[in-house]
Order: sequence, then structure tokens, then C-alpha cells
Amino acid sequence: MKLDAKIPEGPLADKWTSYKGHMNLVAPNNKRRLDIIVVGSGLAGASAAATLGELGYNVKCFTFHDSPRRAHSIAAQGGINAAKNYQNDGDSVYRLFYDTIKGGDYRSREANVHRLAEVSTDIIDQAVAQGVPFAREYGGLLENRSFGGVQVSRTFYARGQTGQQLLIGAYQALSRQISLGSVQMYNRHEMLDVVLIDGKARGIIARNLLTGELERHAAHCVVLATGGYGNVFYLSTNAMMCNVTAAWRAVRQGALMANPCFTQIHPTCIPVSGDYQSKLTLMSESLRNDGRVWVPKKQEDAKAIREGRKTGVDIPEEDRDYFLERRYPAFGNLVPRDVASRAAKTACDEGLGVAPTGLAVYLDFASAIERYGKSKAHAKGLHHPDKATILKLGEEVVAEKYGNLFEMYEKITGENPYKLPMKIYPAVHYTMGGLWVDYNLETNIPGLFACGECNFSDHGANRLGASALMQGLADGYFVLPYTIGQFLSADIRTPRFDPNAPEFLQAAEATQKRIDQLMSVKGSQSVESFHRRLGKIMWDYCGMARNAEGLQKARQMVLDLREEFYRDVFIPGTTDEYNPELEKAYRVADFMEMGELMILDALNRNESCGGHFREEYQTPEGEALRNDEEYTYVAAWEYRGWEEEPILHKEPLIFEEVELKSRSYK
Amino acid sequence: MELKLKLKIWRQKNNKDKGRFEQYEVMANEHMSFLEMLDVLNEQLIAEKKEPVAFEHDCREGICGTCSMVINGQPHGPMKGTTTCQLHMRHFKNGDTIVIEPFRAKAFPVLKDLVVDRSAFDRIIQAGGYISVNTGQAQDGNAIPIEKEEAAKSFDAAACIGCGACVAACPNASAMLFTSAKVSHLGLLPQGEVERHRRVQAMVKQMDEEGFGMCSNVTACEAECPKEISIENIARLNRDYIASVFGSDVKA
Repeated sequence: MKLDAKIPEGPLADKWTSYKGHMNLVAPNNKRRLDIIVVGSGLAGASAAATLGELGYNVKCFTFHDSPRRAHSIAAQGGINAAKNYQNDGDSVYRLFYDTIKGGDYRSREANVHRLAEVSTDIIDQAVAQGVPFAREYGGLLENRSFGGVQVSRTFYARGQTGQQLLIGAYQALSRQISLGSVQMYNRHEMLDVVLIDGKARGIIARNLLTGELERHAAHCVVLATGGYGNVFYLSTNAMMCNVTAAWRAVRQGALMANPCFTQIHPTCIPVSGDYQSKLTLMSESLRNDGRVWVPKKQEDAKAIREGRKTGVDIPEEDRDYFLERRYPAFGNLVPRDVASRAAKTACDEGLGVAPTGLAVYLDFASAIERYGKSKAHAKGLHHPDKATILKLGEEVVAEKYGNLFEMYEKITGENPYKLPMKIYPAVHYTMGGLWVDYNLETNIPGLFACGECNFSDHGANRLGASALMQGLADGYFVLPYTIGQFLSADIRTPRFDPNAPEFLQAAEATQKRIDQLMSVKGSQSVESFHRRLGKIMWDYCGMARNAEGLQKARQMVLDLREEFYRDVFIPGTTDEYNPELEKAYRVADFMEMGELMILDALNRNESCGGHFREEYQTPEGEALRNDEEYTYVAAWEYRGWEEEPILHKEPLIFEEVELKSRSYK
Repeated sequence: MELKLKLKIWRQKNNKDKGRFEQYEVMANEHMSFLEMLDVLNEQLIAEKKEPVAFEHDCREGICGTCSMVINGQPHGPMKGTTTCQLHMRHFKNGDTIVIEPFRAKAFPVLKDLVVDRSAFDRIIQAGGYISVNTGQAQDGNAIPIEKEEAAKSFDAAACIGCGACVAACPNASAMLFTSAKVSHLGLLPQGEVERHRRVQAMVKQMDEEGFGMCSNVTACEAECPKEISIENIARLNRDYIASVFGSDVKA
């Protein structure tokens, strides 16, 4: 298979503009005759469905949630990047492009990333027009802050709820199209297969989660916006229902899965506290604008803290190691996520962790509270404020910036982060890998598109903070609605497809068989217990650090677990009712196949880059060591079932604009 | 600390079944979240080959609005400004009996056990809870300065997570807090001003058609709202509604 990324000719900065000017269009009277299925209603799905509806297409949008507003984009906290340069600090489209390529450790496509940087500014305008209440300054203009891996302030934010507010904006745009009849919304429907006719994606099989009925839906093309696969690890910051099933079913029909081993471990999450734990909670990266990351210098101090004999405030300044500031003076606490996570792991591996489990470092706001307090006191004309006044004023400023995050932390841990430093540890957060797509966001299956986190497109081996919201909305509002015309313009005379066609009936039957097979096992172990075990294998061997020996072992463990699953899983209830256990079962079945592929990809990539850290490949200082000679490519995997090995297809990455350098934040 | 708990949980097979309370015992610990305690119960039931308790949940960090349930008579349980998923077991005592029911309202029919259908909320938004701007029509984001405090007020209303606790808390099962939060979020911004009158009429009409009750200023909604949305929004909706019906020619 020859992978053609279909990158337009011409200089990098002109590619998108000139491509848009020359691409095929579909006339308004023809749009009315074309049907599009959008699966997913998060930022990418809702924005795509709404925009396609506005353009005049007939859209059907599917979500497994009870409402499109629940999609996990809602939980994004910190912000969204855009090259507006409102702060006059030297930002530009080129700089956002460059930061993203470098942040991704030179494993993403230049043309896609440049386009992302170009349309980033339109997203902010659109969101403001929809009524997204971004943070503002006293002059009434939009405020910005800084995120990891960059030296400008280009992140727009809405308190610690940026994802919520952007999703509500997209949800409202979608709701408007639903009321106008251009989008038909299917809540509580989960896609369980994509249907191909003559090799093109022409519909889906969707399970009605209330009745269990398998419905057949036909269209001229299918757009997947179904999110990432971080829940392979069981414990992650993803919502409980996030899953890979829709994307994986596409892979099962021949779509390629690209760079599956590129997963992002976010450095600042609330640490694991017990075996019953169901998910991990993120503390936004924005906190690293003001929080300082440290561990005690002495192991005996760390031990005393772990045993509850001391707390963070008992450790004097000279006995603290602010290890990010020490190791990376140029970026300090705002190094990218992969770098910060590995540094935290190193500190804990050295016995300096500060939670009873040994797996936590501090994120400390004491100096920020003091700094803000003094400045606030000065602004109020208090020239000799006492310590208590400074702390009070400083805490007010910090509360205004991060109040909801501090509250969330206190609710979960029962500790007051204004008084005691937060304890944090890295956790799985995002997946850079995903369905392989070309410049049009089309997979190798014609008519099957992938938007947002479920594609592999823009973040290389590591995503920069506040770029997921940017990419989801860029794809849905400003890229796909154009590029989908390249496919649909050839279909303006194609009549509507019949959901009773043999291809649909066969796909529905195969799906029913899969479900019946799972139900008929009638074993003794719960789905949840298998998911936990899978997650542990993946975290231990394919998590923050990997090596060939461990990965080989892990592959066998996953295969054994899968065999046990199909022999001994127990699913209560029946197939024709609301049955969350059954939903979990078919999702976990797909997670196991995906997990194996992640392991294979990690084994194949004999280098360290971004979130993929192979212990065998590191510099003497413990930094990631890339191998550009051999691995400057996208690894796109063709899955061929249990009996045959997957086939690796390589798309070489060609850098015309950016020079490949060792990535340094020192 | 280990907690031995008695749970009285509403079980209802589907929306035709009458439903009843059933009693369970579970061992929890103080670090668990409330939903993790229910996970433990469900694993126990599955091990006994019994049907687990159906409840909805997703983000488990208090923002998606999926989790619901009434705990000891209070939507989302006893803690102020807290969703069920953020409620931790350290707020309960060993030996406690906890009564768990679904949100109850005519407009929120029970689907199974603790799961209810809240799609009426979606239809209220579809009736007018948006600003009519197509993708690509926007002007520069800084073209309209918005006073910081006004923007903050709009945000306070926009923080609604659409969980439905306001309806469950209200003796009339009114959806006024939810509806007024959206009316305020958009109406307080200059971008939303143009459609202000049309929006409030259309949303109120839909709210009435869905079978939600009247607001009689009980204010339980505000007390139970996990995002602490203020009833000032209801007053604002009423002002807008009266102004739009009597003071303008706009008819939704």
C-alpha cells in the first residue's frame, strides 16, 4: 500500500490558502442531496456536524452519551492556543507552527501543523461570537496566559473550564442546526461498525443503548470524531466511557492506525490513592504558570513526609530541589509535558516521592501567593503590609486564577492547597496516535474521515498544552467542511444509499454475532477486572518508560489476558435492554487488540521521542534520544486479525521548513 | 477508615416497571468517591451473578453533568457545590444507612434504576439557547470589549453543567434555574443581545411544553446546584420575559 498524504504543492505558508482556492466545491442545491454521518459530539464532532449542517448537507450525528453536551472535551481545563499575538510578545503563525513541530519532537507533518496554526486565530473569533466567556482584562479585551513548551502567552482561557465553555459553544451551534432540521441527533447510540460499499465508507451500524437494537444508517460518507484511546490504561484522566471502539472498528475494516505508541502522560494529576480507584483527575497545566515543582533534596525528609511525620511546609528552602527549574532553566516549570513527567518519575525513582505510595512530587504555590500578595498590597497603597495581609491578598489573586482547580483538589484529597503544597504525579491523558489521515483528514478508506483526537495528524510524538482544543475545533469548524468537498464533489449524482443493502445486513449480522459471542461466555470474572489488568500491563510496560524486553513480555501477557477474557468473562443482563456491562465488554475487547498494537509499535520504534521513551535510547543526562536517520516516519499499521501479524506501512516525514534538531528546553 | 454501610437503592427494570427500594450492604473506605463505593457494590453483585445497579456517570470530575441521583433526600448528596462523582466517603460514618433514588420529575422519566431521561434540557437549548452565528461569520475576537465584571456574571451562569439537580430539588420540578442560566449567559453578552427577546420567549415556551412545573421561589434549586448557579438568573429571566412580551414586537 502506498500512502499518499496528498500534501498540496507550493511554499508551506501558501499551501492551505492556495489549496482552498482550487479545491472542488459542491453547489448548494447538491449539498441538500448529500448525507453525512458524524460519529461523536465533542469539540471535533459537534463543530463539524454544526458547520456541515450550516453549509446545507444532511447530517446525522451520533453520540453514546445521553446528550451531546457530555462529551469528554468538556473536561479540558486550561485553555486553547491561537497565534493572535494580542500580547505583542512576538507570537506569529510561524512561531505556533514551529513550537508545535518542536514540541511534537519532529514526528508530525509540516503542512498539517502549519494549517493548524493558520486557522487557530479564526477559532477564537468564532468562539467569542458564539458567546464563549473567555477571560478578559479590565479594558474588556481578551486575556492570555502561557503554557508548556512555549515562550509567549498565546493561551486563551475561560477560568479552569475552557473545554466546557468551548464545547457548550459548539453544542449550541449544533443545537441550532438540530432545531433547523439540518442535523438529526442520535443520543445514546454507539457506532459498532463502519459499512463499506465498493471500498468506500457509506454508513454505520449503531447500537441503540436503551433497546439494544442494531440500527443501520446509510450516508455518502462517514466522519469519525470519537476521541482518543487513553483508557487502554484503565486509569487515566479520560472520562469513564471514552473508548477506542469506533476507531478500532474502522481499523478492523482496513483503516490504518498510525503511531499508536505515542501516548501523552500528563505531569500534574492527583496521585493514585487506592486499588478501588476508577479514574485520575488532572490538575491543569496552567497551574505551572505559578506553581513550582519540587521534591526534598534528602531522602530522609521524603521518608518523613511519606510516613506523615513531616509535611511540605516543614522542609526549609535550602533542602528543596526545584528540579525542573534546575534542569531546564530556560523553560523552568513550563517545560513540555513529556519532559516534566519523566523528570517527576526520575525524582520518585530516586526515593524522593512525597506520597505514602512514593509516587508524588510537590506543586507549590507559596511563592506565587507571596508575590501576588505584595503586588496587590502595593496597588492598594499598603507600603508595609504584614505577612498575614500579604497571604490573604495573594490567596485572593490565586483563587481568581485557579479557584475551581484548588476546590477540586481539596474535594478529592481533603487537603487545602492554599496552605499545603499540592501533591501531583503523572497520568495518562491524551493519545497523539490515531487513525491515519491524509491532508484532507481522510483515512485510507475513501469516504471515511477522522477529526480531532481520534486522528494522528498534528501533534507528533508529544502534544503541547492547550493544543487539543485548538486541533479539535480547527478540524471541525475550518478544515473538514472544506476538504470533505473533495470527496463529495464526485458523488453529486450518487443516489442515497439503502440501509437494507446486503453490505448493511451483513455488517449488522456480524456485529450481532460479536455481541452474542461475548454474552455466551458466561464465565466468572467481571469486565472491570479484565480492564484493570490490561491497564496495569500497559502502564507497567508501555507507559512512561519502555524497553524491548518488557514490551515483548507485555505482548504475551495481553494475548494471554485476551484468551482468558473470551473464556471467562461474565456479563450480566441481556442484549435487548440498557446494559452498561455489555457496553464495557465490547469496548474492553477492542482495547485489548489496540493495546497489543501499541506494544508492537513501541517495540518497532527503536528510538526515544516525545512521549515514547525507550530506556535503551537516551542521552547521558537521561534525555530522549531520537534516531532521525531511521525513524523520521509515520508508522501506519494494517491490522489483519488474530492469526496474522499486522503490517507496517511507512509514510516518510519530509521537513522542508524546519531543521531537525535535538529538542532542548535547557 | 473502613465503613460498613447499608444502602437502600431504588431498583426499576425499565420505564414500565413500578420500581421499589432494595437493601444492600457494602464495605467502603473513606478515600473512595461515592461512585467508587457504588462500583464496589456492583462488582459484588456481578460476582453473585446479580444485576448491577444502573447509574450514569462519565467524567468523574464534576464537569460533564452526567451523574445524578438523590442521596438521602438531596440531589448529589449532602455537600454544597458538589456533584455526586466528587462526593467522597469521608463525609459518611461507619454504620450509616444511605438512601439512593433517581432524580424525580415528570419531565425526567426513569429509564432504569437511577438513570433518567434528561433530553428535555436539550430541547430547551434547541429552542433558542444559542447565538445565531454560522462558522466563518465572526469578526475579530477583540472587536467588542466586554466589561470584566459583566463577563464574569455571564460566566457564572454559563458554568451550568445541565445535570438537572435544580429540577430534582424543586417541589414543582421547575426548570427555571437551568433555563434562566442560559438566558443570562447569552443575554449578558453584547453578542447575545440581538436575539435576547426571541430567545427568552422560545426557551420558556419549550420549557412549559416539556412538562416542567412553575417556579414559586422555593430556592431549593440554588441550594442544591452543584455549580452554585444563583437565582438572580431567574429574576433576570422574568424581567427579560416580561420586557419581551409587553415591550417588544418580537414573537418567538
